[in-house]
Amino acid sequence: MSQPPESPKVSLFVTCVVDQFYPEIGESTVRVLRRLGVDVDFPSAQTCCGQPAFNSGFWSEAIPLARGFLKTFAGDRYIVAPSGSCASMVRVFYEELLHDEPDLLEKARAVAPRVFEFSEFVVDVLGVTDLSSFVGQTGDTSDRNVTYHEGCHLRRELGVTTQPTALIEGLPGVQLTEMEQVDVCCGFGGTFAVKFSDISTAMLQDKIEYVQATGADTVVSCDATCLMQIGGGLELNGVDVRPVHLAQLIDERIGIESGISRAQPR
Amino acid sequence: MRPDTKNFKRGAAKALGNERIQANLLGLYNGFDRARLAAADGTPDWELMREQARAIKAHTIDNLDYYLELAASNVEKAGGTVFFAKDADAAAGYVTDLALARGVKLVIKGKSMVSEEMSLNERLTDAGIEPVETDLGEYIIQLAGETPYHIIAPAIHKSREEVTDLFEAKLNSPRYEEITELAAEARRQLRDKFIRADMGITGANFIVAETGTVALVTNEGNGRMCTSMPRIHVAITGMEKIIPSMDDLGIFLRLLIRSATGQRISSYVTTVTGPRHADDEDGPDEFHLVIVDNGRSRLLADPELRESLYCIRCGACLNACPVYRKVGGHAYGWVYPGPIGAIVTPVMTNLADAKDLPFASSLCGACREACPVKINIPRMLLHLRKEVTEGRKYPTERNRSVLEALAMRLWRLSLSSPAALSIANSVARVLQKPLLRKGRIRWLPPPLSGWTPSRTFPAFVRPFRQRWRG
Repeated sequence: MSQPPESPKVSLFVTCVVDQFYPEIGESTVRVLRRLGVDVDFPSAQTCCGQPAFNSGFWSEAIPLARGFLKTFAGDRYIVAPSGSCASMVRVFYEELLHDEPDLLEKARAVAPRVFEFSEFVVDVLGVTDLSSFVGQTGDTSDRNVTYHEGCHLRRELGVTTQPTALIEGLPGVQLTEMEQVDVCCGFGGTFAVKFSDISTAMLQDKIEYVQATGADTVVSCDATCLMQIGGGLELNGVDVRPVHLAQLIDERIGIESGISRAQPR
Repeated sequence: MRPDTKNFKRGAAKALGNERIQANLLGLYNGFDRARLAAADGTPDWELMREQARAIKAHTIDNLDYYLELAASNVEKAGGTVFFAKDADAAAGYVTDLALARGVKLVIKGKSMVSEEMSLNERLTDAGIEPVETDLGEYIIQLAGETPYHIIAPAIHKSREEVTDLFEAKLNSPRYEEITELAAEARRQLRDKFIRADMGITGANFIVAETGTVALVTNEGNGRMCTSMPRIHVAITGMEKIIPSMDDLGIFLRLLIRSATGQRISSYVTTVTGPRHADDEDGPDEFHLVIVDNGRSRLLADPELRESLYCIRCGACLNACPVYRKVGGHAYGWVYPGPIGAIVTPVMTNLADAKDLPFASSLCGACREACPVKINIPRMLLHLRKEVTEGRKYPTERNRSVLEALAMRLWRLSLSSPAALSIANSVARVLQKPLLRKGRIRWLPPPLSGWTPSRTFPAFVRPFRQRWRG
């Protein structure tokens, strides 16, 4: 038997929001990557990339977190995050944050090319677009009407526009309906959502309206924070649309064949 | 215009609560923004033009002293007079003194945002001179005693019905039902002013340095009449409006007009080089160009914010901005609203007062995507946020809130190691217990209290890191 080609090696950058609030998104990310033949590890020293402090103007609080991140993710593995925004922080915004910290900046520049958002990694690095051939016996094939919300940092900082919808369209039983103003912000924006809550809410209400107008039963995003905003609004408004992360949707749809190791809830 | 930037939140709430304004603001996306996208789509090499225009602007702004002198000497060669105004007050003083010295009684004005910086209408009125706005939107705003809501569509917040009411109240005109009738009424009112005016004041979309030419882009023809009918023409503009040569004008006209209104070309593009020359049939006897600094030097001197001077004032970032589309123009409290306003206003006026502006953004980046010269507005917002909390660059004390700084420090310490994070997670899971309903949080205390009126919040759970088994 010939040696199988070496698996791509990924360190999961789970992000603090997924770690603390949505661990199931992290687990789905791991399961899907493993199903696609990726060697995934989880550097346990990771905490947060520092974006909340950076975006709030507290760069001096963000820098120690960036330093921690760069130390934790040193090496040569790919770094994959189930978040366009957190991936942007490392890949794009560390350049600004660490402008006056030459040693860290050098490390950030070395790390940046290894950082990917989940859908971007699957499509651009693994070269997988059509997931139908990965569907296992336990995959959910019931009909599902899905709409996709485009995360701002994913689109405009990372330039990831077609990868998530390409992946969704390859899933069995899934009908994708594009919402109006799909690329308009949901109003999250980190601390913006509480500092300017009435503006954030007005933006959210538009988003909910556009989600509802598609008739979808599921709204998919590549960012847990967009889902926090949209899902929180859907729930309070009693709208029966389920917010799910792309990794979760794929995880449910393709199922997991036996023999594939998984990060299991205890 | 006196800045009133302290009350952004109040102004935003006012607009959010006004159904009529919300309805009128829908046009920004459905009208302007989509028109811009369609125009960009239909233009070959659009991205290449954006890059090229940005490069021209970067070069010009980096060599601004040279190009300003070149422009001034060429305006003078063409028979015009140039005045460099250090600030808005000096600019308003120059124009008012000139008008008084020439016995001007009536001034007609084309659209000029810089004249708003100068409170020029107020200054002229105080000197006993009547200023009349001739751009239809500006005319409406002047009648209403308001300030422009948008840099290219000053009356975008007003519906047709409101203008009908306004014209009836102020002009004693019939209750017109059609926009064309309202426009015709304004035209009738203004015709006499054009004929009688002694001075025309316009802005300038571009100053072409190599020829000393002022270029104006308008749709109503009023701008051209302001430059040609009265005996004196004064063009007022910010010092960043310089471009090197006539060869550069084409690309900027294409970008500006498509980005502003989605048109391929505006109804009028006027170029003015000095006053009437000996062989011209008509034109003013005098031409003055007032080039205004008014805080732009501070933007120029700041390497992080310098690119804000690349702005060609097309308004595309306003139309693309989901925040501007909700809160409108008046909330920003000064001449330039929206994303570009959130950069230039704090520096040109006062960061301490305007400190909310850089934060009033979800950093979605739609502005940068829309900008015809690719100004990286989110990046500059982030730098200004840092200035507010940590910086000392601008004439203001630090503006950080002590409580927020404390919260940020605690937050950061909770993330300083996996052990600290585990403790924080355990503490949070105990503290959140009284707040939980069906596993979701429905009420949060300050400073997070803004979240829960419109959204539920997820509960802290057993974190991924503890579930991970490799």
